[in-house]
Amino acid sequence: MTLEIILFILFALIGAASGVLMITRKNPVMSALFLILNFAALAGVYLLLNAQFIAVVQIIVYAGAIMVLFLFVIMLLRPDAEISILRTNPLLKYVAIGVGVLVFAQLIYLIFFFKPLNITPSDVAERIQIGTVENIGTEIYTKYIIPVQVAGFLLLSATIGALVLAKKKFE
Amino acid sequence: MIPSLQDLFNILPPVIIGAGILIALTLEMFVKPAKKIIPHFAFLVFLFTAYYSLMTMDKETYSLNTLMSGGGLTNILYFIFTFGSAIVVLISYDFIRKKDIVSSEYYILLMSAVLGMMIMASAKDFLMVFLGLEQMSVCFYILAGINRRNLLSNEASLKYFLLGAFATGFIVYGIAFIYGASGSLSYLVITNAIVTGQNITFLTIGLLLFIIGFSFKIAAFPFHMWVPDVYQGAPTTVSAFMSTTGKTAAFAVLIALLLPLFTVGNYQIFGPVLSLLAALSMIYGSIVAIAQKDIKRMLAYSSIAHAGYMLIGIAAGIPAGSAGVIYYLLAYTFMNIGAFGIVAYLEGVEETNLHIEDYAGLANQKPVLAALLSLFMFALAGIPPLAGFFGKYYVFVAAIKAGLVWLALVGIVSSAISVYFYLRLVVYMYFRENSKTITVFDSSYSMLGIIIAALLVIIVGVFPNTVVELITHFIS
Repeated sequence: MTLEIILFILFALIGAASGVLMITRKNPVMSALFLILNFAALAGVYLLLNAQFIAVVQIIVYAGAIMVLFLFVIMLLRPDAEISILRTNPLLKYVAIGVGVLVFAQLIYLIFFFKPLNITPSDVAERIQIGTVENIGTEIYTKYIIPVQVAGFLLLSATIGALVLAKKKFE
Repeated sequence: MIPSLQDLFNILPPVIIGAGILIALTLEMFVKPAKKIIPHFAFLVFLFTAYYSLMTMDKETYSLNTLMSGGGLTNILYFIFTFGSAIVVLISYDFIRKKDIVSSEYYILLMSAVLGMMIMASAKDFLMVFLGLEQMSVCFYILAGINRRNLLSNEASLKYFLLGAFATGFIVYGIAFIYGASGSLSYLVITNAIVTGQNITFLTIGLLLFIIGFSFKIAAFPFHMWVPDVYQGAPTTVSAFMSTTGKTAAFAVLIALLLPLFTVGNYQIFGPVLSLLAALSMIYGSIVAIAQKDIKRMLAYSSIAHAGYMLIGIAAGIPAGSAGVIYYLLAYTFMNIGAFGIVAYLEGVEETNLHIEDYAGLANQKPVLAALLSLFMFALAGIPPLAGFFGKYYVFVAAIKAGLVWLALVGIVSSAISVYFYLRLVVYMYFRENSKTITVFDSSYSMLGIIIAALLVIIVGVFPNTVVELITHFIS
């Protein structure tokens, strides 16, 4: 067994185990923490697939920023209310199981039966090159520099908006 | 490939606005009387950009590896955005002070929203469309809630934000389908993929989701639920801004995307969908507006109906229809800004004077304003020779040419219905006794803006052929 396979099995086991632990916890904060672990394991799998940039973004954005947001929401809203919704409406559980089965079936189909569209480069080495941080950086700061600037303006407007709406007092 | 200076020069109008935003922010930080300077500065930036866009109209180019386009139709849309916004600045100046709203940020956000619209109008790539759309929408969410003391304004902001984010979800989902099927975000590649029929199922699903998302943004039935509450709750000048230039930007994207597909046989899928949206919006907007007693809500439902009329032009699937839509957008922008401008002029400090009863006998108290408001109501109702009539005329003719006679008939019937609630306001102003006189804060800035809007409505209405020929020239 090569190191790659050993690492894949390790990340896959952590991912699956943290996924199961996430949905079986009573305390939503614990669930959120296991979701972070799940994201981290997923980032490891991305790394093994030579998608370094996505792996880094997975950690920074999902495991970092979005999970902090999740935890804030959980702490600000009372989680007890959510539990009572599940109790009064047991149908929700079956809907959730249905969606889970649907996604699972879709993944099985994609992995075993789907032929990729002929739009991605067939050369494996070229495909690996696309995912490197270096390549994405070059593209972003040359060809796509104007979209990056626009995204900057978008964040600037959002910051001004947050100040305008949340500032306590204006002179 | 690094963009050259020539590339930036080709998209100069948005660059000017972007620079304007940064300069205004710096002024706000370091200059003491910024509150007085920034509105004038914003007005001048808008006017200059409008002038520049008109002057460089005949240089049609692609820029930045076909990410954006400049010149031609794009510049006509730039003109609508910037000149419309210049008038919005005029009608806002005293309104903002009357309501004690944070002043400098208001104008900076106005400019940021215009930057987003310009990027949407010039985008030839879904990446730019999405960035422009978010830039515009984020500014709208904030502007809707900028009157923080007013609970309705807060509600409008939150409602608009949640439903807008929902609509954005549809749009991104659609873009994901399109990207998956064609491997590109560029309009040129996607149009080619549709023409050759490669992965056509996923492309169609993607485009339909995209159209649904944009139906939220143009306020078409059945995706209109946010419109009345947001237009009522937002400060009146912001409603004027959102309902006109925002609608124009969303329509610009739809036209730019669908125009090359008109000739493709596949359009028979999108045509009926758009026709249905158009018919439902017109009928719903016109009928529900009759029941409204609040002027801002009435104008909101009228905005839904107008989205329907404009959709006819795209549903027709011929270039003449699209030219009609752009003419309609030009006309609608100025008549609606004018109408909202007068409502803002008459509005009291605490959201008073907004009921239709308050307008009773206005002709005696404010004869000039009553006359101008009547002019805008006639224009919105589509009475010749004002601009609103020719807008409807061009889209109806396009529908008949394309064989959609039923759609044109629905449009004519709903126009007839809508005359009732537009003219009811005129009747109230001229033929009802005023039970009480309303207190009005006079403002020469607002008056100037309203008069400019009225002049444009008349000029565009008297010379419709010149404008439409110009637009048709760039479309074909």
